[in-house]
Formats: sequence, C-alpha cells, structure tokens
Amino acid sequence: MDDYAQFKATYFAECAELLGDVETQLSELSTGSQDPEVLHAIFRAVHSIKAGAGAFKYVQLAAFSHEFEALLDRMRDGRIAVTEEGVSILFRASDILSAMVESAENEETLTPDFGKEILDEITFIVKGKVTEAAAEDDTAESSAEGAQNEAEASPDSQTLYHIKFAPKAELFKHANEPLLIIRELKSLGELKSIANLDRLPPLSKMDGEEAYIAWDFILKSTSRFDEVEEVFEFVTDDCTLDITVETAEAVEDVIEKIDEAPIDQAAQPSSAANAGAPKAQAAAKVTSIRVDLDRIDRLVNMVGELVITQSMLSQQTSDLPSEQFPNMVRGLEELALHTRELQESVMAIRMQPVKSVFSRMPRLVRELSAKLGKKVTLTTIGENTEVDKTVIEEISDPITHMIRNSLDHGLESTEDRIAAGKPETGNVSISAEHRGGRIVITISDDGKGINRAAVLSRARERGLITETATPSDEEIDNMIFAPGFSTAEKVTDVSGRGVGMDVVRRNIQALGGRVSIQSTPGKGSRFTMTLPLTLAVMDGMIVQAGGSKYVIPIPNIVESLRPAKDSLKRLPNGQKLVSIRGEYIPLCALHEVFKIKNAIEDPAQALVVLVESEEFGTTGIVVDELIGQQQVVIKSLESNYRPVLGISAATILGNGKVAPILDIEALYRISQKNLHKSSPSSNGDASGGNDTDLSPALAGELSGSIASSTDIHLQSPG
Amino acid sequence: MGKKVLAVDDSKTMRDMVSFTLKGAGYEVVEAADGLLALDALGSSSVDLVITDINMPNMDGISLVKALRQNPAHSSTPILVLTTESDDSKKNEGRAAGATGWIVKPFEPEKLLKVVQKVCG
Repeated sequence: MDDYAQFKATYFAECAELLGDVETQLSELSTGSQDPEVLHAIFRAVHSIKAGAGAFKYVQLAAFSHEFEALLDRMRDGRIAVTEEGVSILFRASDILSAMVESAENEETLTPDFGKEILDEITFIVKGKVTEAAAEDDTAESSAEGAQNEAEASPDSQTLYHIKFAPKAELFKHANEPLLIIRELKSLGELKSIANLDRLPPLSKMDGEEAYIAWDFILKSTSRFDEVEEVFEFVTDDCTLDITVETAEAVEDVIEKIDEAPIDQAAQPSSAANAGAPKAQAAAKVTSIRVDLDRIDRLVNMVGELVITQSMLSQQTSDLPSEQFPNMVRGLEELALHTRELQESVMAIRMQPVKSVFSRMPRLVRELSAKLGKKVTLTTIGENTEVDKTVIEEISDPITHMIRNSLDHGLESTEDRIAAGKPETGNVSISAEHRGGRIVITISDDGKGINRAAVLSRARERGLITETATPSDEEIDNMIFAPGFSTAEKVTDVSGRGVGMDVVRRNIQALGGRVSIQSTPGKGSRFTMTLPLTLAVMDGMIVQAGGSKYVIPIPNIVESLRPAKDSLKRLPNGQKLVSIRGEYIPLCALHEVFKIKNAIEDPAQALVVLVESEEFGTTGIVVDELIGQQQVVIKSLESNYRPVLGISAATILGNGKVAPILDIEALYRISQKNLHKSSPSSNGDASGGNDTDLSPALAGELSGSIASSTDIHLQSPG
Repeated sequence: MGKKVLAVDDSKTMRDMVSFTLKGAGYEVVEAADGLLALDALGSSSVDLVITDINMPNMDGISLVKALRQNPAHSSTPILVLTTESDDSKKNEGRAAGATGWIVKPFEPEKLLKVVQKVCG
C-alpha cells in the first residue's frame, strides 16, 4: 500500500480536525446535549479515522478506533444508554485515540497494551450489554478463517465449473450488468456459454425492466471455487445461481449444447440506455481547499518581498515630477494600493478562528473542576475571531495557564461560595475580539478576586518591593506576574507546575503582546491579553542612529519628543533621566547600547522616543531622528543569522538595507547592565564583550547574511 | 476519455485515495464531500459510476443511493458503497436502497480497481 503513503499528510491533517470535532462534540455531550447529531458526528469522526488507519496499516489505531466506533454506534442507536460514566469513557477513549494518532504520525510504536484498560472497558460495555456483538465477532472470526484458507496455495490444476445463472429483474434495478459478470468470468479462464432464451416473450409483451435471459456456463479455470463465487458477489440475492464442480465427462453433453458465439453478442449491455444521457461536465462544488502551509509561507514571503520592492520603488521615485510622468506616478500609486491589498489578502489566508484553541478549553475546565471539586461553567465568546496561524500556535499555552489559574486560585470552593452568598457554580468565561488591529483575549471568573494583602506581604517577603512602598491596587494585582510569584498556600498539581504567571507574561511579551489583570475583591478577576494579529508583519517606526536605521515596534511607542536641556538629569550611577510632566524617565541611548559611531550623543540635540513595556514601565530611547512609520516584514535573526541581544528580528527596508527590529525590554536590560559595569564612573562607555556588539562590521555581515538568504539585491539609494 | 466516476466521502483522505487509484487507471474522477454535494455535482448529467461512503454529514450514503435510484437519469448508474467489516447490516441496507455493490474498507488499490471494473467495465 505504499501507493497510498503520499496521503498520510492529508490523513493526519484530517485527523487533527476530526479529533477537534470529537472534542467539541464530547463537550456538548457532557453538558447534557440530547441532540442525536452530536453522537452521529462523533461516530463519523472516529469512523473516518478508522478507515484511514486501516488504509495506512496502523493496526493498533485501527483496532482501537474499531472498538470505539462500535461503542459509539450502540450509543447512537440507543442500544447503550449515554450515561455520565459513558461520556467519561468516551472522553478517555478520545484521549487514547489522539495519542495513537500522534504516535502514528510520528512513526512511533506504542506498547501493545497501550490504552488496554479503556479498551477492555469499552469491550465490556459493548459485549456485556449487547448480545449481538458476540454474533458479530463470530463472523469476524470466520472471515479470518476464510482469509487463511485463501492464503493456502491452490494447485495449478484446472477445474471445470458448471454455472447456471438466471438474473432476476432486481439485478437490473441495482444497476448490475450480466455482460460484465460474463466478462469477469471469462477473465478467470476458458469460458463457454449458452444463453437460455426460453423465458423470452414476444417483443410486444416485453418489459424493459424484466430479466428474461438465463445462462449456462462452463468455465475451465485454475481459480478456486470461492473466487468463482466472488464474481457473483453483488448479485447473489438477485438471481438464481448454481455453481457445481464437474468432471470432464459430465460436462460433455452440456458443452455440446453450448453456443460458441462470442459472448459479447449474447447479451447487449443494458447500460446502452445511458448512452443518450448528456455527459455534461459535473463539477464538484468546492467550498474549501487544503493547502500545504509551506506554500502559504512562500506566498507570504514573496508578497513581503514585493512590499519591499514596491516601497523601494516609491521611495526612489518620490521626487519624480508628476506633471512630467503622469502615467508613471499613477502607476506607482496603484502598485502601492494593490500591493497593500494583495498583502492583506495573503495574510487573510493564514487567518484562523481561535476556535481551535477555545474548543480545547471546555475539556480542560471539565477535568480541572472535577479534580478540584468545584462546580464551574465555562462560557466562550467570539470563538470565530480570526488571528494568524503563528499566533494561534502560541496562545494556547498562556490561555490554558490562565484558565488553570482562574479555576485553581480564582474560584472559591463550593462551600466558600455558598458562605459568600454566591451561586455554588462558578463562572469562567473566555472571549476574543479584534480591537485596534490586535486581538484581545479576556479570561474572567466570578471568584474571590486577588487577595491583595497576601500578595503585598508576599511581595515584601520576596523583596519585590520595599517595606515602605505603597503600591496602588492595580500595581498589587499585577504583581502576580512578577518572576517567581505564587500566593497559593501549597503547590497544587493544577497550577503549581513550576511555571508561574511570570513565564506566561514573558511568553506573551515575546510575541509582542501584553497581559494584565483586573480584580475586584469578592467579585472576581479578569485577565486581559492583547496580541498582534500576526507575527509575520508588524507596524514599525524607522529611526536613525549614526548611519544605521532601526525599527521600533509601534505598539511599544508612547510618544516622541526633543527634550529641553534643563529636563535632562543624571544619577550618580550614570543613569540619564529625562523629566517629562514631572516624572523622571530613564534614558537608554541606542548609540551606547550598540556602540554606533557618529550618532548624536547629547540627548538635547537628539530625539527621545518614549516606549512602554510591561516589565519596566516607560523608557526613553535616544535616537538621532525618526524616519517614518512603515509596515515591515519580520525576518527571523535566528534562522537567517544568529540571535543578537537587544534585537528581536530584522527587516529589509525600502532601500534594500537590513534594519534590526529593537527588543525594547532587552535594550533596557542591556543599558542597566552597562550602567552596573561602568558605575560609578560617570561615563557609560561600557567595554568588554557583550552580545550586543553590533559594530558596523557586524552590521554589514548581518546585512549580507539576511539579504543573501532572502535573495534581495542590496541596493543603495546612491 | 475514460469513464467518469463520482467519489463521495466526507473524508478527504479517502477521496484522495479513491481518486488517485482510479485516475491512475485512466478514470476521470469527480469528488463530493457528502450526499447533498454529490447530488449538486451530478445534477442531471450522468457518470459511469458512483462510489459513496455511508457515514456522512448532511446526507448519508444510503439516502444518496435512494435519491439517485429515484432519478431516471441515474436509475441504472452503478453505485458502490464503502463499508467496513463491522457494518454488515449496512451492506444490506445499501442493497435495499439500490446500491450495485460494495467495497470493504480498508481496501488495496488493486481491490478497488477490481470492484470498479466489475460493475462498470
């Protein structure tokens, strides 16, 4: 079956979808849905998985899905009642099924007893409650025996078969065709046939749908009896059939009667009736196609390059006098418009509803609430909100973690809820929506809210804040994102998996997102997570420092300003500050971090871009000037070059030059580190090799390496 | 032009495999993901063979077979139903509805071709 190996990718993609469906439908079922379609849908999904497993010879998967399917079959026709316990078995079985699909996909071998426990349980239910199952097993066994018999080598000797075949009218109603049967018989060996026309009425009385002709065949063949019988497999109920093995002598007199005329004349194909029907093209209605992700990525990359070429063109022709070249200018404008539209359309291909992530959550909540002994209802809103595939892949973990957190820490125990006068069932809701070109995901619960006193004392204990500091409520709430923070009295096996909310926040920030929490004591908490819609392009502000250009992500930017001389201050450790509206904001000079030559060093002469980060608050980045805002295609440094501290990725600008995209938080950390190194000296000229040494030589190397890997011709504007 | 086969299955994998096998043997294959889509695809035009899965959303294979048999344009079109060993009753149900024959899943490419040739030459 190696011919079919090429379909494995499709199969596993389909399995992933089917397993997702199973999950969704099981959740429906667990909430007490009586809709018969739910069980039908699960059955179909498992059935499809089984069919493919059989085709690709995933024996264990096929066997398991077979039993699973049998259970579902009996549940859907009511032979087995759908109890809570039953649903739980279905859930577990779907887990095993997922694991088996996964291992098949990874070409791994599972232990033979993998999932045996649940398999036994299923078999017990199926066999225990339905006697019919036993009968079915018998047929399975006997067919296995039959297969064994087939395997035995048959002797090469010829056998003479005498076949009496008289079709009934039903044979034609099922669109079977005696001619084809005769042809198939003929393919088995030497065939002689005689048509028995005794039943044929006069033409005037003939009914087109009745069967009048019967045949006698003598077949001389090496085929076994069952092989001959198989020819009539589809028509056994629609004809009178008698197959006997004859000795040569016994058939002599039969042969004498046999018409030696070519059999093709003996029976006209009744399918000739079809010949008149128009053979119009029947085009299947296609509503969606499955495309390999690589192809889409290639498309996204190419469109990215097109955007770059287009902006390069428009940059280099920006001073073209339009009265002199009206068509050229108009053409370029249209090119810009169409390029942008094309880019949006291509990005839209990668967009997927967050449903694929949200649909896993009911299951999580169900399991967790059982483990924690809490009653919880989960509401999902906006599951059709679309976001780029890259983002989908990344948000699952943070969401899972926050839901765990809400259930474990947010919601009170049932007793506490009753005591607090709340309904005993807690509510957790998860929603997604688009807001300002970003996706906003909120996870809220109606639990006890954050215990601020506990958080505050823990924060002091951990030295996260000074004993005397009096943070605002909001600040206290967001301390749960501080590294190594956990207020749970004991580490439970639910939330205490060694990963804290700090990791969640760091991961979200790495995606260019933010997360925060709002909490009302006694009423509940709400996590709000905002993320870019895609990780493939972003809006950036191009800035210049020395001779190089850098990109600052727009979402980080608060404002930019040229500071007055007297607003600049310097701390004893060398930290420069700028006072803006009565607030001191630390400055981080780009030229110092990356050791850029010929940059404007005096912040009063330069520009300060205020950027905001969850981790450090507001920081001012000192640059020479702002060049402009632009949508940039993100090129990974890791895959094209090597990681550089302070830079999250790179892009190629309109002029073909590579510009690093700044990682604001890393920049801040570097500038702080440099301060420590150089303090208490007043000059922040940090020497000593660190990873941020983006000297001109290195920048050149970076350019070359990224440009060559993307086939962009470096071109200087001259 | 080769004979035209309509392959109906909600599983893309199965459609792909049927398609691949039959196209390799010179058949022209049209695909549909369920019974309703199959009827849409057919309209009043004819095909030489319909191969349909039984368990499908919207309109299952049995209903599709019945619908085709009621339509004079397709009353004599061979129809094969895809079944698995477990649903022997489905074979009979398929036959009662008017199916010509059946193919047991999983199938080898040769087996599929053999059955197809058996009913449509």
